[in-house]
Amino acid sequence: MPSETIYLDGHIIDSLTLSKVLDIILRDGGQYRIRRFDVGATRTDASHAEIVVSAPDADTLERILHIVGQHGATRATGEARTEPAPADGVFPEGFYATTNLETAVRHHGRWLPVEPMEMDCGIVLSEPSEGRSQASARCVPLHRVNRGDAVVVGDEGVRVTPLDRPDPTGAFGFMGSEVSTERPKERVVAAIAQAMQAARAAGQKILFVGGPAILHTGAGPYLEAIIVAGWVDVLFAGNALAAHDIERALYGTSLGVDLATGAPMTHGHEHHLRAINAIRAVGGIREAVKNSYLKSGVMHACVRSGTEFVLAGSIRDDGPLPDVITDSIRAQDAMREQVRGVGVALMVATTLHSIATGNLLPASVRTICVDSDADTVIKLMDRGTHQAFGLVTDCEFFLKELAARLPGVKKS
Amino acid sequence: MTQSALPEIQQAPLGLENTLPETWPEDAVAPEPKPTRLLMCAPTAYGLKYEINPWMHLDNRPDVELAARQWDTLYRVLKEEIGAHVELVPQAPDCPDMVFTANAGLVRGQFVLLSNFRHPQRQVEAPHFRAWFEGHGFKVQMPSIGCKFEGEGDALFAGNMLLAGYLKRSDICAHRWLSDAFAVPVLSLELTDDRWYHLDTCLFPLTPEIVVYYPGAFDPYARQVIMNNFETIAVCEEEALRFACNAVVIGQKVVLPSGCPQLTRTLEARGCTVYSVDLSEFLKAGGAAKCLTLFLR
Repeated sequence: MPSETIYLDGHIIDSLTLSKVLDIILRDGGQYRIRRFDVGATRTDASHAEIVVSAPDADTLERILHIVGQHGATRATGEARTEPAPADGVFPEGFYATTNLETAVRHHGRWLPVEPMEMDCGIVLSEPSEGRSQASARCVPLHRVNRGDAVVVGDEGVRVTPLDRPDPTGAFGFMGSEVSTERPKERVVAAIAQAMQAARAAGQKILFVGGPAILHTGAGPYLEAIIVAGWVDVLFAGNALAAHDIERALYGTSLGVDLATGAPMTHGHEHHLRAINAIRAVGGIREAVKNSYLKSGVMHACVRSGTEFVLAGSIRDDGPLPDVITDSIRAQDAMREQVRGVGVALMVATTLHSIATGNLLPASVRTICVDSDADTVIKLMDRGTHQAFGLVTDCEFFLKELAARLPGVKKS
Repeated sequence: MTQSALPEIQQAPLGLENTLPETWPEDAVAPEPKPTRLLMCAPTAYGLKYEINPWMHLDNRPDVELAARQWDTLYRVLKEEIGAHVELVPQAPDCPDMVFTANAGLVRGQFVLLSNFRHPQRQVEAPHFRAWFEGHGFKVQMPSIGCKFEGEGDALFAGNMLLAGYLKRSDICAHRWLSDAFAVPVLSLELTDDRWYHLDTCLFPLTPEIVVYYPGAFDPYARQVIMNNFETIAVCEEEALRFACNAVVIGQKVVLPSGCPQLTRTLEARGCTVYSVDLSEFLKAGGAAKCLTLFLR
């Protein structure tokens, strides 16, 4: 709920100005908390009140602040200050470091929303220019700042909107923003399926971040079916998920284990290397799908159904597949491009990719982290993705249940 | 409270706190001298050249010769019959509303808080008033540029308390200035009807304890503030529309615009002497007896 501090000053008791301002705040849909109140010692002395005004949304807050401004309430906030970036890739000292919460900066007396919102970045202010009629405030990661960019310094004139408490009557009402192993899992999965449908209805994208355990546990076909039915707009993963998915498509194994029997196959440990080699030979996953070398699996489903995917490399990768971006900063930027417009992010069975994605997501994205280890969710939240909701369960159970609850997903 | 008709009001510019007025010394704020000193402006360039309140209509212009005779009557009543000392400021040719000297500023002792008019049409008056005050030994302050204030039109002393109107012409930020500058408590009163756009069009203190007012011009909070702090005499709408509240009070003597028999009777019953002056040609610009005079207290 966005909030802002106002001051009231003068003979605000005798003039009933304080009562009036508080009444206006409530009448127009806001709430208030009086943080400080100094009553004038004599009738001649002025009184001072410091009041935190909050409202369900920024427009309502702005309207309330405008009206109470006419009755003498002054805003606490001054203008945001900026300093030029001293060099490419370097913020000025004292730069404002962002959170993933909705943020606005005050510039020429107006609040500019910071877009796109991302944690651990700086804010660059741009004046109106050709092709852009209004000033804008952008979230910029360190490596993208250019020398001379006007970077916000200090926290004066910066407004951060804390996350709303979940509506207890909503689908996610019974889920606090916390991790627990003691939840009615089927009901949670049903709520996630509902959230995905709601995001779709609102024109938002659905992001799926997955780890290779999805393949190892035999949940690959469920994810594949979910993608085929069009429920994933973007897939983030590493080399391993794609490699073991292709291993499954080509050899029927994951990490050499026969997925039909659960028994290790002779020389099975070589399968994922051979799979990677085969894709490298044809030039990439898309090429392999195009020439019908790759005929099934999660990656095949992505290519066929037009789901965007970003595969980010890591230092322990085999191969990697030609589609894997091995420059981490380039990979981050590619992911950054794809998270725009995401409303729901599902993170399943991966710690590193979940945290990397969490770093890029605004807090307004409904983030669900599913892992058999509670530590993954705790780590994600500890690194700033406080909006994450954690479900501690096996990914096969989760994806099977989810596939069963999403309309249009083919039963396997 | 009607919010729909709220005018756009500029917020006080940032940094206002650094430019708060200096508080004038308490001993300089003298009690009302005898005889009462007033500032008036003879209507040598009076006329209706624009419309900035609901009373002004360019197709209903005042008869300037009749206006001059009406002003002369008011001047004579105040000076000769009541015995006030009346100072005169010459009217600048491009300032038709300068006759309404109540809007020049707020005066106490040798100190003037000069007006910062809302409308550009009247902003041109400020330098002329400033020159007159400075030429007559007054010390002048002015609110910051974003803070509108229209003088005694919106600020009336009731004893040692200041009643101050806002929202139509003056901004409430000016009230803090008034309070700091004159070291007096200020009761802020919201005006809600464009026809009574200044406080002095809908209220006058008869004594430090009694105010005469038209309740319909105020929001419920302001009405409550008035009731909490004063004995009240309410004026009916019919007489409020004839600017019954735009009265000049000097001791027990009250100058009212003509056509207000009910209020006249009420005041006479309380022992006041009432002088009724026809000011029809000034009503066409939204002013009457009080608007035409400024107390130099």
